[in-house]
Amino acid sequence: MKAPPIYGLMAEFDSPADVVAAAGRASAAGYTLLDAYSPFPVEGLDSALRVRHTRLPLLVLIGGIIGCAGGFFMQYYAAVIAYPLNVGGRPLDSWPSFIPITFELTVLCAGLTAVIGMLALNGLPRPYHPVFNVPSFERATLDGFFLCIEAADPLFGDRETREFLETLRPKGVHVVPH
Amino acid sequence: MNAFPDSVQAEPLLRPGHTGASITERITSNVLVRRTPRSLWVAFAVAFVLVMLLFYAVGYLLLKGVGIWGIRIPVAWGFAIVNFVWWIGIGHAGTLISAILLLLVQPWRNSINRFAEAMTLFAVGCAGLFPLLHLGRPWVFYWILPLPETMTLWPQFRSPLVWDVFAVATYFTISFIFWYVGLIPDLAAMRDRASRRWVQIAYGVLAMGWTGSARHWHRYETAYLLLAGLATPLVVSVHSVVSFDFAVSMLPGWHTTIFPPYFVAGAIYSGFAMVLSLVIPVRKVYGLEDFITTRHLDNMAKVMLATGLIVAYGYAMETFIAWYGGNGFELSMMRLRMFGPYGNAYWLLILCNILIPQLLWLRYFRQKPLALFCVSIVINVGMWLERYVIIVTSLARDFLPSSWAMYYPTFWDIATLAGTVGLFIALMFVFIRLMPMISMFELKLLLPWARGGGRATEDAE
Repeated sequence: MKAPPIYGLMAEFDSPADVVAAAGRASAAGYTLLDAYSPFPVEGLDSALRVRHTRLPLLVLIGGIIGCAGGFFMQYYAAVIAYPLNVGGRPLDSWPSFIPITFELTVLCAGLTAVIGMLALNGLPRPYHPVFNVPSFERATLDGFFLCIEAADPLFGDRETREFLETLRPKGVHVVPH
Repeated sequence: MNAFPDSVQAEPLLRPGHTGASITERITSNVLVRRTPRSLWVAFAVAFVLVMLLFYAVGYLLLKGVGIWGIRIPVAWGFAIVNFVWWIGIGHAGTLISAILLLLVQPWRNSINRFAEAMTLFAVGCAGLFPLLHLGRPWVFYWILPLPETMTLWPQFRSPLVWDVFAVATYFTISFIFWYVGLIPDLAAMRDRASRRWVQIAYGVLAMGWTGSARHWHRYETAYLLLAGLATPLVVSVHSVVSFDFAVSMLPGWHTTIFPPYFVAGAIYSGFAMVLSLVIPVRKVYGLEDFITTRHLDNMAKVMLATGLIVAYGYAMETFIAWYGGNGFELSMMRLRMFGPYGNAYWLLILCNILIPQLLWLRYFRQKPLALFCVSIVINVGMWLERYVIIVTSLARDFLPSSWAMYYPTFWDIATLAGTVGLFIALMFVFIRLMPMISMFELKLLLPWARGGGRATEDAE
């Protein structure tokens, strides 16, 4: 299968409510390779696009557990195995005094996982993206809302998709070149 | 970050008349278009001179050693630790505003969180400098890190001083990534507004190719909420760990269980005072009254009043327990703290931290910027004095009268403190000059338009 000549078609809207409605109708029409772009998180847009819930919380939990276990056993190893110090006959495995560092390392690992995981799952950093080729797309960080249907979508057709997007009453429909 | 419920307070959070576009234009133009106001250059020059003083003081310290400071046995923790606790406490307001108020769905945080987070970052940076310099040989600071391969020696993990290293390092890292994640969509906005090529590239690299895709926002919001949830217990833990430096020791005046909660409350108290001390002049110079309204000032003043009362309770309990606990050393410590050689500092701290802030019960002092600015400066001074009194009086008057001695700060102590104040202000100016100082995408969420009602041109309130 040869690559489609364009990346997709993009409709531009003025308000968050319009783009949510448009995304819902595009999903209902059977389009699956589509995305919406907005200057701030729009409530309901992800469910209108049928975005599956992200795995990020699970990754963060795993990161936190690694930090917690790793932090505790680092201290256990140091205090009991590698470098035992007798402080007034107190037990070497004085676990209550290991709690603060265990906690800090849990938060550190979980937090780093949250950020790195979010960026990685989003495919960032990504210096080039075809949507930036649309001149009015600079409004996506200002007050513009965009719905883009990719040409790789099985239902995509130059004319049909354009006609479909026109029925959503957009401000304009733009071709997104590669 | 979801739709916010309509506010009950009468004052708007955003001056009416703003649109999605006007918010971005207004905030990005401060960096990209507007010339830096002259008053800012003057203030920056003053801060720069202080930074030079800091370099001088630190350079001389590295040359001569900590003997140039006023620290002597028994007062081995002088200005360095006072300043450390003061700075790190200031940082706490930023995390409170950005994380805890986010979880509590307080939309008014949206116009001050970016600024407060930057303040946290720089305050924690200034704080971290002091224990490092206090080491005496800062170039071997890595001895406190667990680096077994090179050291064949481990840090003492049972020591609160080692806990501090982990707490402060984690706090700085999490504050930084929280601030940066919040900046990504706004850096993309800066990229799209910039007109010069190299400016576009610079912001574009920092924005990492952010498109505002709904799929990205979905993960972004999840990550942001998770970070807020992680930062909330973290901020409580950091000043608790700092207070353990004192509370875990056996010294009268330090060895009390009330320290962790009362240190955390004090941290938030001083942090809000510092936010106000910075926001009020910057708001005036940049004309940001549209975004940082009287209601923000009023809310921050109320948080300050509430935490100030917790701090007052802490002082009262400390004194009460010294008497009620029946420990002779505690009691005489408290008596010497109040009426001994440092009595003046103690009563000045009570004046600054408890008596003068009661003015905040009056609406005038919460809502008139100049009056509120003066109160917040007084609180900053008061919170510094609190740490001074706690650290110096307890060390100067311990168990044996034969080991008592007075502590006198030297020029170098004062130069280092003044130098970090200058460093802090200079870094804030660099931040204001280069980054959007108000979170634009979160501010847009306050518009009724963003919540699905009306069009972009409709008024904000």
